[in-house]
Amino acid sequence: MAGLSISKAIAQALAAEMERDSNVVVLGEEVAAFGGTYGATSGLLDRFGGERVRDTPISEGVIVGAAVGAAMNGLRPVAEIMGINFAFLAMDMIVNHAAKVHSMFGGQFRCPLVVRTTSGGGRQLAATHSQTVEHLFAHFPGLKVVAPATAADAKGLLKSAIRTDDPVMFVEQATMYSQRGEVPDDPDFLIPLGKSDVKRRGRHVTVVAYSKMVDISLKAAGELAKDGIECEVVDLRSLRPLDLDPVFESFKQTNRCVVVEESWRTYGVGSEVAARIYEECFDYVDAPVKRVAQKEVPLPYAGNLERAALPQVEDVVAAVKSVL
Amino acid sequence: MLPTSTLSSSAAPGSNSKPPHSHLELLELYRQMVLIRLFEEKCEELYQKGKIGGFMHLYIGQEAVGVGAVAARQPQDSVITGYRDHGIALAAGMTARVAMAEMLGRVTGCSKGKGGSMHLADINLKFWGGHAIVGAQIALAAGLAWADKFQRRDAATLCFFGDGATNISYFHEALNLAAVWQLPVVFICENNKYGMWTPIEKVSAVTEIRRKASAYAIPSDVADGMDLLDVRAKTAAALEHCRAGHGPYFLEVITYRFRGHSMGDQRAYRTPDEIRKWQAEDPIGKFEKVLLDAGVAPADIDKVDDDVKAVMADAVAFAEASPFPDDSEIWTNIYIEP
Repeated sequence: MAGLSISKAIAQALAAEMERDSNVVVLGEEVAAFGGTYGATSGLLDRFGGERVRDTPISEGVIVGAAVGAAMNGLRPVAEIMGINFAFLAMDMIVNHAAKVHSMFGGQFRCPLVVRTTSGGGRQLAATHSQTVEHLFAHFPGLKVVAPATAADAKGLLKSAIRTDDPVMFVEQATMYSQRGEVPDDPDFLIPLGKSDVKRRGRHVTVVAYSKMVDISLKAAGELAKDGIECEVVDLRSLRPLDLDPVFESFKQTNRCVVVEESWRTYGVGSEVAARIYEECFDYVDAPVKRVAQKEVPLPYAGNLERAALPQVEDVVAAVKSVL
Repeated sequence: MLPTSTLSSSAAPGSNSKPPHSHLELLELYRQMVLIRLFEEKCEELYQKGKIGGFMHLYIGQEAVGVGAVAARQPQDSVITGYRDHGIALAAGMTARVAMAEMLGRVTGCSKGKGGSMHLADINLKFWGGHAIVGAQIALAAGLAWADKFQRRDAATLCFFGDGATNISYFHEALNLAAVWQLPVVFICENNKYGMWTPIEKVSAVTEIRRKASAYAIPSDVADGMDLLDVRAKTAAALEHCRAGHGPYFLEVITYRFRGHSMGDQRAYRTPDEIRKWQAEDPIGKFEKVLLDAGVAPADIDKVDDDVKAVMADAVAFAEASPFPDDSEIWTNIYIEP
C-alpha cells in the first residue's frame, strides 16, 4: 500500500493496463509530451512511445471519433477530453456512436473505449468550464459511466473500464487530483464497474453521493457524529450501471435518505435515486428523500458566488437534520 | 478471405488495381451495378407498400461510384459510408438476401433487424456501415485507418460521403487529423450536387469540393462518377498512395442521384432538364456500351440481367419468409459485459 494522489493512481492504472495489453493506446490534447493537463498521463510517452501515447489537435469530435473507429477495428483506446464541458463537442460521437455501434449493427461491432474526462466546479472558471454533467451521459443505454471518489477507486475502476469491451465515460473531479489515499500496488487490483460502495457505516440516515460529494458527505457525517447522528454514506461509483442495492439495504434500516450531487437538482442523479427508493422501499419511508445539489444557476466566477452555488458540508448537515 | 458476393460466378472485385481486361471481369462489374439498380427499384416498391419503414435513401444513378471504387480495394481494405449505403454494401460483397432482410427488419438481416436501411454493415466484409449522422463516418474512418496503421496491416480505408457532409465539423477535424497522423484513408466525396434538397452553391463556399482537401495538404483528384472505369482507376491510384505510406488522399467523384434525397422527395428543386441530362449519362447504360465495345456478347449481358432478376426474386422471397426478431431481442447487444 502507498499513499498516492488520484492523478498518480490514474497514471498507474493506465501504465499497468498498457503494460498488460499492447492494444491499449492513449490519445488526447496534451496527453503525451506535456503528460496530461492534470498530470494523469505523466511518464507514459517515455515508457510506451509516441505510437501508443498520442497528442491530438484540439478537435474533440475526431478525438472520440477516431477512438471509436479504432476501437471497432481492434484497439482499446483511452481518449482524454480535457473537460466534460468540451465533451459536448464530442457528444454525438459518444452517445450516437460509441453507445450504439454494438447494438445498432446487431452485435457485430465492439467499442472497447474509455473516454476520460474531468467534471465539477470550484476553480473559479465560470459557467462554461465548471459543469457537472456526467448524469447526462448516464442517460444513454449502451454507455457505462464511472465517477470515482478516492485514489484506490480511481485506479481499480479505471483498470476495469479499460478491460471491459463496452464504452465507458470515466469522469474525474477536477479539484480532487491531488487528494491522496491508500492504493494497492497489485497490478491486478480491480474494482468492478457498477458496484456501489459503503464508505461509512451508520444507522440514522442514508447519505448517497458520488465523486467529490462523497468527500463532502463524509465530512458532514463526521460533523453530525459529534451530535450523535450516524450517517451511512453510500458511494455510487458508477452512474450506469447504477447499483442501488446497498442504498435500499441501508434505507430499510434508516428509513431516511439524503442524496448529494454536485450538479443541478432538476432531472439529476438525486431525482433518479429518490424515485427508485420510493418505488422499491415505499413501506420504509419515514421522511421525504432530500436532495442537496447545486443552485439552479450557471456557475458564477466570483469565489463567494461559486461557493454559494455549490453544495457545501453545511448544506449536507442541514439536510440530514431536516429528515430526522 | 476475399470479399466476394455469393452471387458472383466470375472474377471477384478487388483482385487487382489495373483496368479490367477480361470479359468476365467486365461482366462482374456490370452485374454489381445492375444488382444495385434492381435491388433499389425493389426497395422503392416495397417501401411504397409499407414493407420497409423509416428513412430510405436511394443510390440509383451513383452505382458506378460505389462499384468502381470498391472494386479497386484489396480484401484487407476497409469500406465505410453514410446513410445512402445500399449500393456500397452490395459492392462490398453483401448478398442481396442479407441486405433485403435488413430492409424488411428481419432477424436474418445483416444487423439482425436492428439497423434498417441506413445501417447496413458486415464486419466480415470489412464494411463498417452505414452511419446516418452526417459526416460521422469520416471521423470513424480516421480511427479505422489509425488502427490499421498501428497494427501495420498494409490496409487502407475507403470512406464515402456526400458533398453535404463536407460542411460539417467532422469532415474538417478528420481530414486534419488524417493529414497530421498520415493515416491511410481515401476520402471519397460523392458530389451529387445537392445536400438533401439544397444545391451545393447555396451552402458551400467552394463547389469544387476537392479544394477543401488542399487546406489540409491532402492531394486530390476528380473522377467522372458516371464512368466506372475512371472511378476504379483513380481509386486504385489513391490506394497506392496510401499503401506507399504517403497518408490520406482525396477523391472527388462527380455524380448525380436520379431519385430524390429520400423517399417521399417530390424533387421540385431540380429541373426536369437537369434530371434528363444526367439520366442520359446513366452509368449502367454507359458501361454496357463499354462492354459491347470490348466485344462482350450481347447475350452474355442479357444473361447477367436475367441472373440478377432471379437473384432479386430470391432475395425478396428469402427476406419475406424470414422471421422478425423475437421481442426478447430488444434486450440483446446492449452491453457485451452487462
